[in-house]
Amino acid sequence: MLILKKNDLNLTGVLQKGLETFKVELKKIVPQLIAIFIALLVGSMVLLATGFSPIEAYGALLLGAFGDIYGIGQTLTQATPIIFTSLAFLFAFKAGLFNIGAEGQFLVGALAAAIVGIFFNGLPNIVHISLALLAGAFFGGLYAFIPAILKTKLGAHEVITTMMLTYVAIYLTGYLVTDIFKAPGWVSQTPLISPTAELPRILPPTQLSASIFLGIILVFLTYYTLQKTVLGYEIRAIGLNPLAAENGGINVKKGLILALVISGALAGIGGAGEILGVHKRFIDGFSPGYGWDGLAVALIGGLNPFGAFLAALLIGILRSGGMTMNRVTGVPIDIVTILQALVILFVAAPVFIKYLIRRGKKI
Amino acid sequence: MTEIFDLITVGLFASAIRMATPIAFAALGGIFSERAGIINIGLEGMMLTCAFGAVATTHFLGNPWLGVFAALLIGGLLGLLHGLITIKFVGNQIVSGTGINILALGLTAYMSQIIWGSRGASDAVQGIDPISIPILKDIPIIGDIIGVHSPLVYILIIAVVISYIILFKTPFGLRIRAVGEHPAAADTAGVNVFKTKYYCLIISGMLAGLGGAFLSLGHLNLFAWGMTGGRGFIALAAMIFGGWMPLGAFGASLLFGFSDALQMRLQTLGILPPQIILTIPYILTIVVLAGVIGRVTPPSDYKPYKRE
Repeated sequence: MLILKKNDLNLTGVLQKGLETFKVELKKIVPQLIAIFIALLVGSMVLLATGFSPIEAYGALLLGAFGDIYGIGQTLTQATPIIFTSLAFLFAFKAGLFNIGAEGQFLVGALAAAIVGIFFNGLPNIVHISLALLAGAFFGGLYAFIPAILKTKLGAHEVITTMMLTYVAIYLTGYLVTDIFKAPGWVSQTPLISPTAELPRILPPTQLSASIFLGIILVFLTYYTLQKTVLGYEIRAIGLNPLAAENGGINVKKGLILALVISGALAGIGGAGEILGVHKRFIDGFSPGYGWDGLAVALIGGLNPFGAFLAALLIGILRSGGMTMNRVTGVPIDIVTILQALVILFVAAPVFIKYLIRRGKKI
Repeated sequence: MTEIFDLITVGLFASAIRMATPIAFAALGGIFSERAGIINIGLEGMMLTCAFGAVATTHFLGNPWLGVFAALLIGGLLGLLHGLITIKFVGNQIVSGTGINILALGLTAYMSQIIWGSRGASDAVQGIDPISIPILKDIPIIGDIIGVHSPLVYILIIAVVISYIILFKTPFGLRIRAVGEHPAAADTAGVNVFKTKYYCLIISGMLAGLGGAFLSLGHLNLFAWGMTGGRGFIALAAMIFGGWMPLGAFGASLLFGFSDALQMRLQTLGILPPQIILTIPYILTIVVLAGVIGRVTPPSDYKPYKRE
């Protein structure tokens, strides 16, 4: 009896502690949840104003995203590239850097992986895939090294340089696949990668590939690196206060360069995963802006790797369900983009959300 | 080589001016915003929404000038929205701008589908006809290049001059620059920092709006999905390249417009890949920002201002 009681006590203690941590963690994402809620509300108004039923539209959206295996596969496929790009944005942001050029690093990494996938034949699967992914990481990181050097050595602001380099990457990769690496035919695309470089599809007949596992691993790895390693500590210190970090003996320039390069590498692996898992070749304009989504998703996720993962799933749900919603109810698919933008705008203004919470408490 | 020289025609320069116009409008908008200390990467979205608004208004009311008016109104409102988020609610400027860009892409495609049943393109509407300037149009060569254009092109030139005068020759301009450079000092001197920022953002949105209206009503006479195609970002490049000065930004826009016009003509010849030429504005901007050829310094540190 005594032992049982003791166990009971322990159990409730553990439960209480767990509940407390859960509460603390939950509190952190309250502004995000409110932002999503308000965005859905404003979205309903847009739907109502244009003659659609929000209940039907959102219902069809949810059904499309979760209704069957195909929907679930589509949801996860849509979320996968954004997991990487949101980690990329988040990692640089922790050092106080605004890497809005993840799209460019994503594309450069994707093309590098495609080239390795095409030209290195006769390798065992594991070796070929790893090599292509590494190429994606390396060239994505290298492409982010340019703005890193421009920032630390010459003082050029990374917002502008990464943005400009994104367009350079769009045009350069476009040129390379319409010229040097072009497959025969009318489409601007590379030839197919060798089968040995293909990431396995894990939920046929959907396009979902093992790339999502890589994304999940990187979520944990990013969290671990930022929270539990010296490098992560230094990066966060630089992000909080570069002057204090410098005084505390941290090499700020080195930290900034590393943060941006790792950020670019994360985006680059994402691009590689998309090529090796989904498209099997680099097609000009294949990315509908996954890099730009990364910024949004990282912010919706509260700049926390796990939050970013959940936010990427949310965008995946919206995109995959949006297609079904469009088919069933005739609501233009672009409502999904509007919702995404609204969440960003509400998340952008935390003071607005706090103001709403205060107002809500008074009532 | 003769083929390349054949390309350099009066038509090429006239087309360069048309290409430069929307970029220059948005670049002027960027200058007002950044001089007051707020980064506006939402120019792209503001332009796109206004290009749409101009066509939709013309579609319903039948008069393209009412469309231009609508573009000014919508642009001003979007500028105000950027202001509300970044000034009143102290939101991040980059995030707010990105949000506006995404919102513009979604909203215009959504409404295009509702109004015209196609998210790709609207029906054609009545555009703004080009006008010819008497005397000017009769001068050889020059007349062919700048003599006959959309009225918005001439409005742009007036806007460049007026922007310069406002920013550098009036007390209001002095206040704007003070607010951007040293908000605390401006506040101490009795300038209403927040109000000045709001004014500048509204002007910024209106100018971007004119750029959008030119794209849809002065060029194609319809709205197409994502028709700004990154011009808002090129405008930021032109603004930086021009050293945050109206005339400089106008010159940079002309240069970028020229490279765009040249790129389109080279495409038919296949000498230099068009994509390579398209990267020129971006690479030039990076080079200038890095101080490799003549350093430029931003007019503000863009930190949100808090009263002590």
